[in-house]
Amino acid sequence: MADDALEAFATEVGARGPVAVEGARTRWSTGGELEPGARLLRAPEGIVEHRPEEMTVRVRAGTPVDELHCELAAFGQRTALPRRGGTVGGALAVGEDDVCALGRGRVRDALLQVRYVSAEGAVVTGGGPTVKNVTGYDLCRLFVGSLGTLGLIGEVILRTNPVPPVSRWLRADGTDPFAALDVLFRPSAVLFDGRATWVHLEGHAADVEAERRTLSAVPTAGGGWTECEDGPVLPPHRWSFRPSELRQLDGAVLGAYVASVGVGTVFASHSPPPRPQAPALRALAERVKHAFDPGGRLNPGRHVALLAP
Amino acid sequence: MASRATRRARPQPAAPDPIVAALVGVLGRDRVRDDAAERSLLAHDASVFSGGAAGPVCFPTSTEEVQAVVRTAVAHGRAVVPRGAGTGLAGGAIPLGRPVVVVTTKMNRILDVDLDDRVAWVEPGVVNLDLTTYLRPLGYHFAPDPSSQQACTIGGNVANNSGGPHCLAYGVTGQHVLALDVVLPDGELVRLGGLDAEPPAYDLRGAFIGGEGTLGIATLIAVRITKNPLRVRTLLLAFDTIEDAATTVGSVIAAGIVPAAMEVMDRRITAAVESFVHAGYPLDAGAVLLVEVDGPEEGTAVDAERVVEIGRANGATTVRVAATEEERALLWKGRKTAFGAVAKIAPSYYLQDTVVPRSALPGVLQSVYEIAERHDLMVVNVFHAGDGNLHPLLLFDSREHGAIERVHAAGREIVEVSLAAGGVLSGEHGIGVEKRDYMPLQFSDVDLDHQNRLRRAFDPACRANPGKVLPSGHSCADIQALERVPAGLWG
Ligand SMILES: Cc1cc2nc3c(=O)[nH]c(=O)nc-3n(C[C@H](O)[C@H](O)[C@H](O)COP(=O)(O)OP(=O)(O)OC[C@H]3O[C@@H](n4cnc5c(N)ncnc54)[C@H](O)[C@@H]3O)c2cc1C
Repeated sequence: MADDALEAFATEVGARGPVAVEGARTRWSTGGELEPGARLLRAPEGIVEHRPEEMTVRVRAGTPVDELHCELAAFGQRTALPRRGGTVGGALAVGEDDVCALGRGRVRDALLQVRYVSAEGAVVTGGGPTVKNVTGYDLCRLFVGSLGTLGLIGEVILRTNPVPPVSRWLRADGTDPFAALDVLFRPSAVLFDGRATWVHLEGHAADVEAERRTLSAVPTAGGGWTECEDGPVLPPHRWSFRPSELRQLDGAVLGAYVASVGVGTVFASHSPPPRPQAPALRALAERVKHAFDPGGRLNPGRHVALLAP
Repeated sequence: MASRATRRARPQPAAPDPIVAALVGVLGRDRVRDDAAERSLLAHDASVFSGGAAGPVCFPTSTEEVQAVVRTAVAHGRAVVPRGAGTGLAGGAIPLGRPVVVVTTKMNRILDVDLDDRVAWVEPGVVNLDLTTYLRPLGYHFAPDPSSQQACTIGGNVANNSGGPHCLAYGVTGQHVLALDVVLPDGELVRLGGLDAEPPAYDLRGAFIGGEGTLGIATLIAVRITKNPLRVRTLLLAFDTIEDAATTVGSVIAAGIVPAAMEVMDRRITAAVESFVHAGYPLDAGAVLLVEVDGPEEGTAVDAERVVEIGRANGATTVRVAATEEERALLWKGRKTAFGAVAKIAPSYYLQDTVVPRSALPGVLQSVYEIAERHDLMVVNVFHAGDGNLHPLLLFDSREHGAIERVHAAGREIVEVSLAAGGVLSGEHGIGVEKRDYMPLQFSDVDLDHQNRLRRAFDPACRANPGKVLPSGHSCADIQALERVPAGLWG
């Protein structure tokens, strides 16, 4: 399906010289600083088509995530994209999950179709419009978290999900967050800052109530579980652990932190060190990069192996 | 002249395949088979395609052995085709041009289950249902549940990104795989993905899944395990027409309900299944809709009630709720053995697999029946309606002259109708050889070129399962030896 906005974006990208896409700069330094001299572009904006009955939405990459979620909420729907500002394209390029990923799903599972502008300036489509699809190679998954280094995302089709009727945050001090995760059926988040635990429950009213009763069996330091407006404020940096590793977090290394129990993400005030990549994996990743962007013109300076400094 | 004629007249004993000795050196004599019987068996999978030609067949038992086999193949300039249980329906495991076939069925150990990380480490040859059976006492399961789950392997599930009835709510295989050890086509070993929340690399795990054996061989798989639901409610709704059943499916989704599963069976297949499993499926209905909602107590009760309401508003004639676990199991047994039951109707079937938007289901189903009629074929429909995943089975007798050509023509029309409705070529069976040449119907040349870039990054020398997924001109299919094969594949 030809789209003038997308074609215009492709023309702007062209086939020569370093280029980068600027979203809302909420994660501008993820993967390293952009090399100076790259031409800065903006991806096209706008929701092209929301199909509530199919639970899909076609949206241009420059659209703010908040605007998208606002539109979807009118139909009782949402996506897995994180609620922290920024644009749809930026959120996909960075690939971070929402803090309530257990309930809202993962970003990498939400992208059904991607239309991007290649290093040669061509519009390329990967994936397809339906909620289930195994036709050909999965370029969608490849693009989530690729920091715009393989192609510049112009328009996408995302899976949407129904917003559960009831949602509650509960908080307790001096409790075992792992025990909380264990007893609950499917919480949408269990967060722990070393002292307090927050639990996010979603679903039908009676089920949320039942989960709350289940939770009251998990002992606290006193005061029990109390309802709160929202979860904790999240420190800026993201560390990535195995869920089981969260049992031995070191506050001296992380600084102030909030750990996402059952997921493994830790939001911390200190930045994570670069993580080593096995040589064979690195070689493969370099072959992928070279295949999609032989001249290295797309978002130069950004490297997927580096998380936000 | 004379001497040449004599030489032609006397059949030569087949020259031993020069790679066999080297493979025996790696695996021992027991685990390398080069006899005609084994090779002809493995020239097929569960699809209708013939024309495959297997080279030596290897049964490694470890990642190191897979690496050694692949390196031996590289040294001899031979391609490699990974194979699980051979239940694939798109010809993905069919060897083209006598490649080395690497069968994973002897790599079938469940190595570790970690409830803290909610992960199971398995070898690729573990049978899908065996893992779920193993996890059941722990209160967990492996969510992807293809109807072939009693036979298919998790390696095959990964390679085809397989689905199953319960993938409607839980997602297909790709959502349940965290990490993979892969022997690349040059013999290098890489770990893709990881157990941590955000592994630091391109999502090559995600890119590998659904690669149909053309990106390397998965030798170790970390899958996410899922807590068993607190409550399961299984409903059987009967309708006068399949269109009413399909409309109900669309309306349920539109109402914001995502059941665990929504499966439709038309009248003919319901009758065949019922005579097989005696689950009490209604024989007078035009179609039945099997709906399962699961989760916590209240949510399942509310959703089940609303599904019934929506069903009745769309013409459901009867609604049955499975009262016991036995009744539920029997209903599912009916659904999952449906393809087997087809044998009661015709000797052969060709199973199509396309996806359309759910709202387009009624119209596309109508077209499917018309197409079959036009080609003088019987068609039955039993499919994953909840995500719009059609599975028309075209029934035929391959001994009948011209039957396979009619099936082929009808299959193509079904593909075209699905694409015209905003759908895609395959929902879960993959492209393999079956739909390779249809790829240009869905993708432009540039799109296909980009898919090939991914493929070539994994497999620059085109050694892994050549001739699959991408049409010739866009892929390794242009390797000389493979060019001729596909023409004779049907039948
Ligand atoms: C009766 C029946 C019902 C079915 N129902 C469903 C269903 O509900 N949903 C569904 O999605 N599919 C279904 N299928 C299709 C099929 O069972 C699945 O595609 C299954 O995942 C294939 O697994 P397998 O072990 O048989 O793989 P095979 O057929 O042996 O191989 C399939 C592909 O995977 C590759 N492969 C195998 N192992 C590896 C490995 N370790 N590393 C890399 N590549 C590998 C092969 O090269 C080939 O391309 C059904 C098939 C039948 C016959």
